[in-house]
Amino acid sequence: MADPVLSIRDLSVEIPTRHGIVRPVDGVSYDIAAGEILGVVGESGAGKSMAGNAVIGLLNPPAHISKGEIWLNGKRIDHLTGDAMRRLRGKEIGMVFQDPLTSLNPLLRIGDQLTETMLTHLPISRSEAEKRAVAALEEVGIPGAAERVNSYPHEFSGGMRQRVVIALALCAEPSLIIADEPTTALDVSVQAQIIALLRRLCRDRGTAVMLITHDMGVIAEATDRVAVMYAGRLAELGPVRDVLTHPQHPYTHGLMASTPLASQGKSRLHQIPGAMPRLDAVPDGCAFNPRCPHATDKCRQAPVPRVSNGQAACWYPLVEEKVI
Amino acid sequence: MLAYIIQRVGQSALVLLIVGLVAFSMFRFVGDPIDNMLGQERTAEDIDRLRAQLGLDQPFVVQYYKFLEGAVQGNFGVSYRQGRPVAEILLERAPATLELAMVSGVLAILFGIALGVFTAIRRDGLLANVIMSGSLIGVSLPTFLIGILLIYLFSVELGWLPSFGRGETVDLGGWSTGFLTESGLKALILPSITLGLYQMTLIMRLVRSEMLEVLRQDYIRFARARGLRDRAVNFRHALKNTMVPVITVIGLQLGAIIAFAIITETVFQWPGVGLLFINAIQFVDIPVMAAYLMLISVMFVGINLLVDILYFFIDPRLRADRSGGH
Ligand SMILES: Nc1ncnc2c1ncn2[C@@H]1O[C@H](COP(=O)(O)OP(=O)(O)OP(=O)(O)O)[C@@H](O)[C@H]1O
Ligand code: SF4
Ligand SMILES: [Mg+2]
Repeated sequence: MADPVLSIRDLSVEIPTRHGIVRPVDGVSYDIAAGEILGVVGESGAGKSMAGNAVIGLLNPPAHISKGEIWLNGKRIDHLTGDAMRRLRGKEIGMVFQDPLTSLNPLLRIGDQLTETMLTHLPISRSEAEKRAVAALEEVGIPGAAERVNSYPHEFSGGMRQRVVIALALCAEPSLIIADEPTTALDVSVQAQIIALLRRLCRDRGTAVMLITHDMGVIAEATDRVAVMYAGRLAELGPVRDVLTHPQHPYTHGLMASTPLASQGKSRLHQIPGAMPRLDAVPDGCAFNPRCPHATDKCRQAPVPRVSNGQAACWYPLVEEKVI
Repeated sequence: MLAYIIQRVGQSALVLLIVGLVAFSMFRFVGDPIDNMLGQERTAEDIDRLRAQLGLDQPFVVQYYKFLEGAVQGNFGVSYRQGRPVAEILLERAPATLELAMVSGVLAILFGIALGVFTAIRRDGLLANVIMSGSLIGVSLPTFLIGILLIYLFSVELGWLPSFGRGETVDLGGWSTGFLTESGLKALILPSITLGLYQMTLIMRLVRSEMLEVLRQDYIRFARARGLRDRAVNFRHALKNTMVPVITVIGLQLGAIIAFAIITETVFQWPGVGLLFINAIQFVDIPVMAAYLMLISVMFVGINLLVDILYFFIDPRLRADRSGGH
């Protein structure tokens, strides 16, 4: 296989707080290849957004990368700062945020926001940028794009705005897109369309995608591989079919069982007992051990090895027949 | 848009009517001008004749109507003290106040916005913190004290700048300007700093807090995520959004500058309408006081109207909502 577009190696993010240093991302490694969509799942607070922000260089101080490496198209980027990192944003790495109602500047026409982004990164003239702005809107399925470039954000519906956001994220043709819960704030009726759009555009251009979501339906439909995060760590990483149908990590298993999609036919949703530990109180050994039905003394003491593709960070990975 | 403007103009007219009523009421209830105008040796006929001449013998409503009728035409009667038409006196004095207010306003807006943006962008920087602490002084010191301190320092101790008056002025078709002579410009410096300092610090602190709020917004984060340059993010995206709420306050502050000019004009013996008003109070020169009140309120209302119209051009959301589209 060709070199991955994005390669994260043993990445940790630390935040100094009053109660000591917390580590919202702790030794995470994964790759995303060109044209591949990696789904990132996990409970709220698991560190999904933090990992994405670390990649695009938008961690809010005092959060910072404390360990590990980030490689983009064969270049190491985790130590880049200031203007060098800014040049990558938008040009090499695009980002789509959760809420399209708040991600667009209300006072600027969307055409201006598009041309501004292109002119920042691409060696093209203003009139060329204007032409491409119309084309970009057409590509994301905005009807009447030639007139709509002159509209302001408030003149679009939520779903249309998220299309505009996607056009903005893609307009300088980045090789990686980080989409942080791109459909969570949208009407259920348009969620599938937006995911399908993102998927089609990225497949066509060979863009790598980090798709952060809570929605197992989205994972099942749109992604190639899944990374499951728990308390800042990678619990499991593998091809989507394997992870969904034969989860190896007890946490993944619980997560699948607690989502409507995977529990079809069952009368009740299974809930994982307990809650994810606070970052300043992550237990020794496996972070999941207080909630895990299989936990042993080993789990409570020995830190689990970090995972690579197709593995779970568990001393006792589930095999297919095993039932909780 | 048009309906909106008509509505706002209507509101403005109502405000002016009410201020007019207050101003006019002074004629009835504050002091007796006849006492002031005629000396000790006066006869009953003198008093009656003057009353009739000033229209003070007519019923309240008639007098109010006449007052309004005159006011609309710029006719505020005759100064009790100087015996000349009030409008003429005001016109003579207006350039001094307007030039002072203009310079103060421009200083306050320019420095207020620039320093507000600076302290917001460099919120943790040393200089920004020094400016913020210093601005507390500007907000808390009373205007007359600032004026006196400046006079002490720059006029008394250093002798660089004049402590009172306008300096030489040049007459441009009835408008006496201090902008064209060196002494006129020098004379403007201390009063305009005195007058504008409070407004400048106010604008600066407001711009700073609004800008910090805007910089937290998602669309700023998204602008950064698209790799836009800091300059574009701060000035194109953040500043424009910051200015939406700030503009109203700036408008009000411009009005306040003209109103507060009274104090500064007194401290610096600046021959403007504010000083005229203070002197008018001493002599219960009610036509002058009434005209001054009307003038100030017309300016307040006018500035507010302008600000509202300005919103239309800045914020596209208002355009849509108010015109009922989309
Ligand atoms: N300034 C901070 N100080 C301490 N902890 C912080 C700070 N900012 C974020 N965190 C913690 O970092 C962790 C990771 O947050 P992150 O936003 O990455 O979670 P997430 O997986 O994206 O969750 P969600 O699904 O809710 O978006 C959270 O547990 C949060 O409490
Ligand atoms: S390591 Fe132990 S506690 Fe952790 S998930 Fe595996 S079995 Fe459970
Ligand atoms: Mg998140």
